[in-house]
Amino acid sequence: MSHRALVILIFLLSITGPAQAVQPDEVLNDAALETRARNLSRELRCMVCQNQSIDDSEAPLARDLRLLVRERLTKGDSDQQVLDFLVARYGEFVLLKPPFEKHTLVLWGLPPLVLVGGLLWLWTRARRHGSRHQAPDALNQEEQRRLSTLVDPAARDH
Amino acid sequence: MIPELGHYALVLALALGLIQAVAPVIGARTNDAPLMGLASSTALMQFVFVGVAFLALIACYVTSDFSVVTVYENAHSTMPLIYKITSVWGNHEGSMLLWVLILAFFGALVGAFGRNLPSTLKAYVLAVQSWIACAFYLFILFTSNPFLRLEQAPFEGRDLNPILQDIGLAIHPPLLYLGYVGCSIAFSFAIAALIEGRIDAAWARWVRPWTLAAWMFLTAGIAMGSYWAYYELGWGGFWFWDPVENASLMPWLAGTALLHSAVVMEKRNALKIWTLLLAILAFSLSLIGTFLVRSGVLTSVHTFANDPARGVFILAILVVFIGGGLALFAWRAPLLKQGGLFAPISREGALVLNNLFLTTACLTVFVGTLYPLALEALTGEKISVGAPFFNLTFAPLFIPLMFAMPFGPLMAWKRGDVLGVAQRLTVAFGTGIVAVAATFAIAGRGSALAPFGIGLAVFVMIGAGTDVVERIGLFREPLSTVRRRASGLPRSAWGTALAHFGVGVTLLGIVSVTTWASERIVALKPSQTVSLAGYELTFDGLAQRTGPNYREAVAKFTVREAGVPVGVMEPSKRNFASRATTTTEAALMTRGVSQLYLSLGDTSGDGSVSVRLYHKPMVLLIWLGAVAMAMGGGLSLSDRRLRVGAPKPAAKPAMLPAE
Repeated sequence: MSHRALVILIFLLSITGPAQAVQPDEVLNDAALETRARNLSRELRCMVCQNQSIDDSEAPLARDLRLLVRERLTKGDSDQQVLDFLVARYGEFVLLKPPFEKHTLVLWGLPPLVLVGGLLWLWTRARRHGSRHQAPDALNQEEQRRLSTLVDPAARDH
Repeated sequence: MIPELGHYALVLALALGLIQAVAPVIGARTNDAPLMGLASSTALMQFVFVGVAFLALIACYVTSDFSVVTVYENAHSTMPLIYKITSVWGNHEGSMLLWVLILAFFGALVGAFGRNLPSTLKAYVLAVQSWIACAFYLFILFTSNPFLRLEQAPFEGRDLNPILQDIGLAIHPPLLYLGYVGCSIAFSFAIAALIEGRIDAAWARWVRPWTLAAWMFLTAGIAMGSYWAYYELGWGGFWFWDPVENASLMPWLAGTALLHSAVVMEKRNALKIWTLLLAILAFSLSLIGTFLVRSGVLTSVHTFANDPARGVFILAILVVFIGGGLALFAWRAPLLKQGGLFAPISREGALVLNNLFLTTACLTVFVGTLYPLALEALTGEKISVGAPFFNLTFAPLFIPLMFAMPFGPLMAWKRGDVLGVAQRLTVAFGTGIVAVAATFAIAGRGSALAPFGIGLAVFVMIGAGTDVVERIGLFREPLSTVRRRASGLPRSAWGTALAHFGVGVTLLGIVSVTTWASERIVALKPSQTVSLAGYELTFDGLAQRTGPNYREAVAKFTVREAGVPVGVMEPSKRNFASRATTTTEAALMTRGVSQLYLSLGDTSGDGSVSVRLYHKPMVLLIWLGAVAMAMGGGLSLSDRRLRVGAPKPAAKPAMLPAE
């Protein structure tokens, strides 16, 4: 590339202003690889944005990461290898779905725990109440005697 | 003069609020009717004074009075009138004023229409309502005063963030706030019941319309926000699991649970304590939602600390109302009389299951939204919790919930019959199976889960209608009988059916869009054509246009379907000089309930533009479903049973210890 062409290219790149999420020049020719790249992009956070994936983000950093993901994929990395590479580089912050580890135990564990716990609690309660509904304790002798005196005035007179 | 008038009116509202916070409580304690009656008048007058303050602020914006700090920071003299008005709540200070305006509005409604409430309950409700109001008046006056002046007025304002200059976002916050603040009424009723130590089925009957109204506005507000994000943010997503969205989803989930548990309480006098807790939680989550969005804590724990005055005040309000509410609950709830029992297989049982799933869903959103903040604050570790996490955890919660939904309304109270209900749902289930098979046949095996999603949506929709169809005898009785029965059916039955139907409609839209949406990202030169999903779009060229306060580059595209022109799409990029920002205005073309979505990217020197073109099949169903849900709520609200007050209990029973 001639020196002049390079200057023009840099100039053109600098005036493009706010970029857009996934641009035409990023798209890979291999459709299967591109699909994988897009799916991976949705799992990765744009670290300078507020809760956007790099697939959605317009930030230059997100574009760099998208290009990086595609570069790794074309070099033959598996999806997991790409993610590992990015985590090694940027930390777990880059993953929109945090891995299940000690420090994310509460995050992943609490909802299922509450659901299962709630179901168990309801079940035991229902069983307890159910059994009470079906078989009330029979009256003992003393109660039976008191009942008969209550319902039968004749018995009271004795 | 006008800003000072507004400021003064707000101070007067605070003074009235302080009276209303104390006097009715004393009145209720000493059984002093005039003191209790005072609350209604002060509630009305508070609304008048906050209204004056709000109008004053609007006047400042409309007249572009840049001597007022917030006007200078958020408005521009060339803005169209509608955005001058809406920018009142497009910033922290103004939105807080809108918040208290709506709070005062609801308070005034209770004051004006709460005639059939027992006088002590009404006094306590209005007092609690005023405690909240006073906290917010103080917050506004001390840390977020919208009427502060600049010493020297600048000539021009700094303009409203262009992304907010949109009609969708103009009405989204008021709707959402009506929902958030509406939850305060249920909260006040709950606190009042706890103070009085008495709660019965009538309580649920009074609370239900308020909750229903709040829920309707919340549903509409969330749907509106979602549609705005869809067309304004330029990449065609409808839900991003953004913390700001989650903040509004949490009160919605809690409110939905509350709505259903209040039914059980009203009809069967059961689930009392749980309903009280939900009422407290729904408003607590609304408070958290308001502050999550407003305090900047979401971006980082550090932004929050940057403004310590506001931050500490906010924390204090949260601690007092959430902590205080829950503490009162823990102290007084065990003293309340337990409600009735019921068999697990019954309408009540189904509603309990509904509550369990909705609460767990709410907890999931809560943990997912706040976990990164807590972890960072505690250990300094930074993690992200985004869409992939929520999608993974939400599906297992919502699929069983939706499958169970048609069963609920068909179940009998006290003791239901699952097999009998299943039999009545045969048609719905059969149609669902047919939908699964048909989707497999048409769409192929590409996505194994989608056909089941479609089947579930169809099952939910038909299932929602089953109850009404059976009760009015449609397809079985002569038309005249059907018409007579239809008009005799309580509106709440229609409301339930419509709202549940709406859930199915939304699900159908979500499944369809996430599975079959297609996309092209290309660079086009004039007269070049791109085709997608049977449509061809020809790029006719770029043009420049000037708006009231922006300049825009418009790309014109002619859309053809099978060679026949069906319309023109004009996506644009707007440049707002006052803020030196550019926004992307996507072009939408609606075909039935599907949409073509065209968003403009960069333009380059050779006259080519890069565009993103999406075909979003059945995307509108997502929001139409939400509209159906809100309308269902409205129908239910118009039910005569809810409008006519419950008769007053004959005598005030003494507090009964727990069994």
